[in-house]
Amino acid sequence: MSDTHAQTQPFVRGEMLPESEPPLAEKGAVKWLRENLFSGWLNILLTVVSLYVIWVVLSTVVPWTVLGIWDADSLTGCREIRDARYGEGMEVACWAVIADRWQQLLFGFYPRDLYARPVLALLVFFAGIAPVLFTGLPRKLLWGSLAAPFVMYWLLWGGSIWGPIVVALGLAVGALAFQVGNRAQGALLGGILAIVVPILYWLFLAGPLIRALASVLPIGIEFVPSDDFGGFMLSFIIGIAGITLSLPLGILLALGRQSDLFIINKVSVAFIEIIRGVPLIVWLFTASLLLNYFLPPGTNFDLMLRVIIMVTFFASAYIAEVVRGGLAALPKGQYEAGDALGLDYAKSMRLIILPQALKIAIPGIVNTFIGLFKDTTLVVFIGLLDPIGLSNSIRATTDWNGIYWELFVFIGILFFICCYSMGRYSLALERKLTRENR
Amino acid sequence: MTATDIETERHIDRSAMTVSDEVAIEIRGMNKWFGSFHVLRDINLTVYRGERIVICGPSGSGKSTLIRCINRLEEHQQGDITVDGTLLSSDLKNIDRIRSEVGMVFQHFNLFPHLTILENCTLAPIWVRKVPKKEAEATAMHYLERVKIPEQAHKYPGQLSGGQQQRVAIARSLCMNPRIMLFDEPTSALDPEMIKEVLDTMIGLAEEGMTMLCVTHEMGFARQVANRVIFMDQGQIVEQNEPEEFFNNPQSERTKLFLSQILGH
Ligand SMILES: Nc1ncnc2c1ncn2[C@@H]1O[C@H](COP(=O)(O)OP(=O)(O)OP(=O)(O)O)[C@@H](O)[C@H]1O
Ligand SMILES: [Mg+2]
Repeated sequence: MSDTHAQTQPFVRGEMLPESEPPLAEKGAVKWLRENLFSGWLNILLTVVSLYVIWVVLSTVVPWTVLGIWDADSLTGCREIRDARYGEGMEVACWAVIADRWQQLLFGFYPRDLYARPVLALLVFFAGIAPVLFTGLPRKLLWGSLAAPFVMYWLLWGGSIWGPIVVALGLAVGALAFQVGNRAQGALLGGILAIVVPILYWLFLAGPLIRALASVLPIGIEFVPSDDFGGFMLSFIIGIAGITLSLPLGILLALGRQSDLFIINKVSVAFIEIIRGVPLIVWLFTASLLLNYFLPPGTNFDLMLRVIIMVTFFASAYIAEVVRGGLAALPKGQYEAGDALGLDYAKSMRLIILPQALKIAIPGIVNTFIGLFKDTTLVVFIGLLDPIGLSNSIRATTDWNGIYWELFVFIGILFFICCYSMGRYSLALERKLTRENR
Repeated sequence: MTATDIETERHIDRSAMTVSDEVAIEIRGMNKWFGSFHVLRDINLTVYRGERIVICGPSGSGKSTLIRCINRLEEHQQGDITVDGTLLSSDLKNIDRIRSEVGMVFQHFNLFPHLTILENCTLAPIWVRKVPKKEAEATAMHYLERVKIPEQAHKYPGQLSGGQQQRVAIARSLCMNPRIMLFDEPTSALDPEMIKEVLDTMIGLAEEGMTMLCVTHEMGFARQVANRVIFMDQGQIVEQNEPEEFFNNPQSERTKLFLSQILGH
């Protein structure tokens, strides 16, 4: 062919090339080591220094932990066993304090023979939270989640069974009030009634009703006062109550802050800014000291309840800001599409806006939860016996005077397990939602 | 401004395209301001049932704002808008009623990305019209078939092409059984091949006698389907006419200039 240039000779491959292995140096562990640890002289230097530091840390921590002594009944006992076993001068952990006092670290001064109750309450918590966390479970189980807080309350504090039942009925009363108001005047009146009527019910009707029912049918279990609560149980109660209550409150605050209604908007902004602008410890002192001045004399408003309210307020201010970020990230078209289809405000929020905004906000929300859970240790300053408070009182006994690290390591590990699992769950949830929607 | 003048080869069945005497939308002396900016000025427009109206005009002339006032995505400050006999006021019940009677298709689709195609289509019927789920799904599948994507029903919007998403958006509106459809540049975010599939869907709607108000620069569509073309500039209706007259014999200078730019001659 005369007009075909020599370079563009037609070409057809006769046989296909088989797949071949990459050159040895470029494969597997060797390749990884070379690329990540020894790719240049600076990298090599960093690797060597890091290895040295890791070695120094591990060579003290590992023997201290692994050789630790479990079978003593006081710190002096620990030291004697240590000297006998490893000779003078060797530092090892005295885990015996954990073996001796773990029940106290977990349950505080909760009566020993009733330990099953908080454990059961924790199981009820897991059963209640499962349908919320794992959307694959049947939706009907959510009714169980609604009942779980009341069951848990009853298991933990005990007393007459009528207390939690009558209080829980307040929710049904609220739902009924909403229906009636909604029929008569629309969602606004329904919303107001749904808040006001249950509060009136709880304030004026619940007390006499509980007493009446208890005198007719006295069913109950042994009552345990809040003063006996302590340890991780206390952290869990405050943390879990704070987390479950602060999420809805935070969402409402975020919506309030976005609202066009002047009063609602300003109240939300003021609440968020004031709560967020003052350290939690100040709010805790307020809860423990100041509230007594404001409350009518003679009211016995449980300190733990006050702390839960303060922690909830504090976390909800943060959640509100995180959720607001999620709301702001949504394109305006989503709001408009909902409006154009005739969805009212409540429906378009619930079905369209919040599911998307919360998804964006998950990392921030879980972050806030983790912070809240760890901040429960601050209650030690107002005299509640959280794990830190208990470690102080354990240290105050003659047996364990002078022991620090072992207690803190134990407390730290338990907190780490909880917070780390929350973090993992949030990652898994994010991945699941991204997979679903893209 | 670019105008892809895509001609649809298909034969258009005009038998059901009849304009009745019944008024669908009545706009009287309507004015709107954004702050101090007078964006719509003395708009008077009567739309009869069965009309297919194309609104065109330069960017910023207020076309979107006009049709968004009809379902109260924007609030007007002066004049009256009556949709299907209901006067638009700040009464929320009226607004919700009008919104559920008037379908709207946006330039950027605005599908709900966290819901499947089917859920996108059944959401409003179930929650606004209180249709049972099964029935809503059957209706949704019917309309998805009409826009020719029933097989995508269980995917998420992010997995569809732009043209498919826009057809879902149309199906989503149709599921509410609207008596009027508003389109705001439904094809201007799409590639040419996809424009055709969306226009085909819209032609299908017109053939069934739907009342349509359509902001678009698809002049081929205007010629074939519209019974009236409205030209807007600076917040005012400058000219309106039947498409034949409008394109061949424009009256105002502005219209002539606009047409010469958009048709490229
Ligand atoms: N929310 C708003 N606030 C203030 N000004 C606005 C707002 N929305 C639109 N405008 C202004 O109003 C005018 C009309 O806008 P509109 O979106 O109706 O124009 P349009 O004719 O649809 O233009 P395009 O062809 O670019 O979509 C523009 O000048 C725009 O800048
Ligand atoms: Mg526009």
